[in-house]
Order: sequence, then structure tokens, then C-alpha cells
Amino acid sequence: MNPPGTIVVLLIGFALAPLAATEIAPNERRSGYTFMAPDTQAIQDDDTANPGMLWVLDGEALWKTRAGSADKACADCHDNARVSMKGVAARYPAYDKTIGRPVNLEQRINICRARHQNASPFVYESRELLALTAFVAEQSRGAAVTPATTPELEPFMQRGRDFFMKRQGQLNLGCANCHDDNWDKHLAGSAVTQAMATGYPLYRLEWQSLGSLQRRLRNCITGMRAQNYDYGAAELVELELYLMSRARGMPIETPAVRP
Amino acid sequence: MASALINVPKKARRGDIIEIKTLMSHIMETGYRHTASGQVVPRDIITSFTCRYNGEEIFRADLFPAIAANPFISFFTIATDSGKFDFEWIGDNGFSETASATISVE
Repeated sequence: MNPPGTIVVLLIGFALAPLAATEIAPNERRSGYTFMAPDTQAIQDDDTANPGMLWVLDGEALWKTRAGSADKACADCHDNARVSMKGVAARYPAYDKTIGRPVNLEQRINICRARHQNASPFVYESRELLALTAFVAEQSRGAAVTPATTPELEPFMQRGRDFFMKRQGQLNLGCANCHDDNWDKHLAGSAVTQAMATGYPLYRLEWQSLGSLQRRLRNCITGMRAQNYDYGAAELVELELYLMSRARGMPIETPAVRP
Repeated sequence: MASALINVPKKARRGDIIEIKTLMSHIMETGYRHTASGQVVPRDIITSFTCRYNGEEIFRADLFPAIAANPFISFFTIATDSGKFDFEWIGDNGFSETASATISVE
């Protein structure tokens, strides 16, 4: 029989062990789309059946709407989004020199509102912010994810990677436990998938609404029973940054549909 | 704000069977949910959808709380004449939306 001490040591050893995660090889990467049933894929494929397009159309209207005390619309500076916003979402989160850290697309829109429109920021997950983000991101549909290579971003990307690999929460799980090591299996009947965040903001049938990547991340963190982060938290943006580097070269699908 | 997505073929031959697809923006709140403080979230759903083809009603549906948000309704009809499809959604709290689409039949 083992002395009690051995078991304690073993348990501690297990808790502290770094994740033996193997990152997914580039040619094995798959969009969440490929895990879906054909019926769900059909919703995403048809722009008149994809409910995410409702937000895109709302976003197009907001793009042309004047806001704030500057009384300027997005279109007044950026003109035609089909030209000016093409490929933009594919390189976000991006580094903001003034703030000195990466910002995601939602934050960029709110920064733009504050700096150039003198308007109050949209609330995270509000219809307006999701709509404008979806409209901007939709201009990059089909474009390959090309994360910004600014050297200043490197430490943030590294922290996002550490977050992805780190075990946390009451279930003592790291993101990589599921999304690097067990992506081809199922969890309670649902495909685990590879966490390739190429379609956000996306329409989730479970949400019956469009939602941001951060909403999805917060769902996952709650599922791990770990301490969650507020919308817009630096930790979540760093994680977004790492996720986009994993999805490098994969096409943007916004607005995607997921079960 | 955009509320409906409509997909009707722009052209068809007389006698063709055509598919019509509609998507209406609506939360479809069931009336069975409660807030954190225990209050019932009042029902707010679309209750009726109709489609008219050159004024004649060709499709009608009643909607119920079990139908998901942003209801997607698709159905088939026979292209008889060039003209207009009129769609109407009616629901709780005075909800009423209309949309239309044209088709040319040869």
C-alpha cells in the first residue's frame, strides 16, 4: 500500500503538469463549418436564409448613419466599406499605438466612435455593435486570416497562447485539452471542434442571435468553471489574438452559422 | 433597420414550380421564460404570416411559441403570371411588417 504522502504528491504533480498539447498541423485545420450537419451548413451558405445577414444589413445602415457631436458617419471618413473595409477583419485584433495594446474589431469601432465621432461607445453585445462589426467583417468574407505581424504584438500573442495552454478552473482544464487534443471527439453529443474563430460575429442557433467571439469565449470559460473575464478584458483580446494566429490562412466566414 | 430577407426568383417560365424563402427578424419570446427575479418575460411572438400573389392569398401560416427567433419560412408555388408577391407578418404587441418582391413570368 502506498503511503498517503505519495498520493498527495502525485495529485499535485498532475495539477502542475504543463499541458502536453500538440498543436494542430496546418493541413489538418478545419473550420467549425466542416463539423456541422448539412442542414446547418445550408443556412450559412444561403444569404437569404442566414439570419446573420439581418445584422449585416443593419450594420450597413449604421455605417451611413451620422452619430455623435461630430455628426459624422463611418462612411464620411471610410467611404465605401466594400473597398475600405475589405480584408480588415482578417488582420484583427490589431495593435493600437495610443493605448499600447491590441484591440479587437468591436473595440476598434468604439475607439473610432470616441475619437472621430465624439459618440458614446456601443455596449458589448448590443445589436448596434454586433451589426456594425458583422458588416465590417463581412467585407472580408473569403479573405485569408492574416494576423498583424507588428513586433509590439508578440508579448500579447504569447500571453494569449499561455492562456490557451494553461489549466484553470474547477475542472482543471485548458482550452488545448479540448481544442488541440480532442477536437475530433464529441462532448455531450456536440462536436468539440478546433476553435478556429473565422466566422465571428456569428449566428448561433443556441443563442438565437448573433454573438461575438468574446461571448463564445466566456461561455467556454464558464464551462471550465473558471473565473470569467468582463467583455473587452485584456485577457480575452490576447486569447483572440492567439486564436487568429492559429487560424492563419483560413478564410473568413462572417456571418457564420453554428449550432 | 432591415427586418426581412426575401428570396423569390426574378424570372420564371409559366408553369414552373418556384421556391419562395422568407426570413423575418423577430425575437419570438415564448412567454414561458422567467427573469432572474422570477418575473415572467411576456410573450412576444409573430402569430401569423401570409403571402399574396397578385392579390390572391397563396400561403398562410400560424406561428406558435415553440418557433425559434427570426422565423424562416419557405414554400413552393406555381409561377402563373408576372407580378408581385406581398408578404405580411402579424404578431403580439401590434407587430406588423410587410415586404414584397416581383417576378417576371415568360
